[in-house]
Amino acid sequence: MQELENLMIKKAVELLDGGVVDRVIGWKKGEFYYDNTPATFYKKEELNDFVYNGFCGANLSKYLVAESKKGGKVLVFLKPCDTYSFNQLLTEKRIDRDKVYTVGIECRGHLNIESIRARGIEGVVGLEEKGDEVTVKTLYGDAKLKRGEVMLEKCLSCKTKKFAHNACDETIVLHEMPEEDPNKRFSMVIELEKMTPDERFAFWKSQLSKCIRCNACRNVCPACTCFKCVFDNPDSGIAAKANDDRFEEKLFHIIRSFHVAGRCTDCGECSRVCPQNIPLHLLNRKYIKDINELYGEYQAGAEAGSRAPLVDFREEDINPGENLKEGK
Amino acid sequence: MQEINEKYEPLIVAFCCNWCSYAGADLAGSSRLSYPANVKIIRVPCSCRVNPMFILKAFQRGADGVILCGCHPGDCHYTTGNYYARRRMTMLFDMLDYLGIERERTRVEWVSAAEGNRFAAVMNDFAAKINELGENKRLEDLRCKN
Repeated sequence: MQELENLMIKKAVELLDGGVVDRVIGWKKGEFYYDNTPATFYKKEELNDFVYNGFCGANLSKYLVAESKKGGKVLVFLKPCDTYSFNQLLTEKRIDRDKVYTVGIECRGHLNIESIRARGIEGVVGLEEKGDEVTVKTLYGDAKLKRGEVMLEKCLSCKTKKFAHNACDETIVLHEMPEEDPNKRFSMVIELEKMTPDERFAFWKSQLSKCIRCNACRNVCPACTCFKCVFDNPDSGIAAKANDDRFEEKLFHIIRSFHVAGRCTDCGECSRVCPQNIPLHLLNRKYIKDINELYGEYQAGAEAGSRAPLVDFREEDINPGENLKEGK
Repeated sequence: MQEINEKYEPLIVAFCCNWCSYAGADLAGSSRLSYPANVKIIRVPCSCRVNPMFILKAFQRGADGVILCGCHPGDCHYTTGNYYARRRMTMLFDMLDYLGIERERTRVEWVSAAEGNRFAAVMNDFAAKINELGENKRLEDLRCKN
């Protein structure tokens, strides 16, 4: 990973010096080793703080919406899953493609500090990554782990490690990335579907009642780029405030996931940022699975300019509820 | 609370498109066909005017069942509105089912302006179903209950 980081910095310096771009969006060292945060770098001296390691799960594509409104050109580093969000934002004309220089980078899955802590590993001060072996350096010694044991949920159920079509101006890939099965991410959705309605209701009640309406899932979501969000409308009765009862918590999550249905690329950022660890991706994936089954396979962002299934129709589409009658 | 539940009368909200189903309801009325008085009709310009929020808000305000009626596919006054509504409602109903909310509480039916009979039959059938299911507990807002 160190090698990859060096190449990325070299590329950034080269493009800044060459005047191709005038700023860089990447990840910056945070207060703690595992606390890398998205940042904009304007000078090459600032790139001393640039970092790319196993703790860079954040998707940078949404920052381009604000950045591409400014003058000049911006360099952005995109992991394979981020390129889908990028293409989707291009489709929705949220990003000016001419103002962005994209570099696709290798990704082997990013780590979840919570899972590392859950193993009793505290005081993380470093990380060494060799393929699927990760050595977490702590104040109290080193711990060897398998990458698959401590990955973020979104990486455990990675849909693909292929870059989206035409999203990258160039790529930096040192080692070939493994092939992923896009259908494995639906296993939990299928499990939930097999439950009885009462069990499902109990499951979602236990999850959604944890919600504190911090709106982090909405703010981080690359599909949520409305200038004025329905949840900010003071007349809606549900404007950014704590849920009063179990109706409101359901309303928020149904509407949030519905608004991104068909446009969600399944980047998994919503679940990553949720401070209450609500599995929000399960709502989005239900929509994705339904769309795939009823209206044909569709991956949002795979192709810039493609038409989202919910703004499209076929005359032979089924009527609402018909699929439920037959299936169960 | 017990007293209120004793006299349980379901409340049904029917979103009817202006061009077909609302006229169908009108025909049912002028043909003197009976359908339950618990059905409250809300006129919308087109079935695709109905946004998922409308349906959820109806449940919040105390509806026990919500039905959306529109023109038959292919007959939309605006050519394609009901096709979009069909996809949206399919997605929404699947989601409600996924969250464990009884799926019989929501329904979409196509009723044309000439189908007064069908309108009455659909409403009778739906009201019977809601009566059977009882009060809406899973999508209720206690503050909106009297």
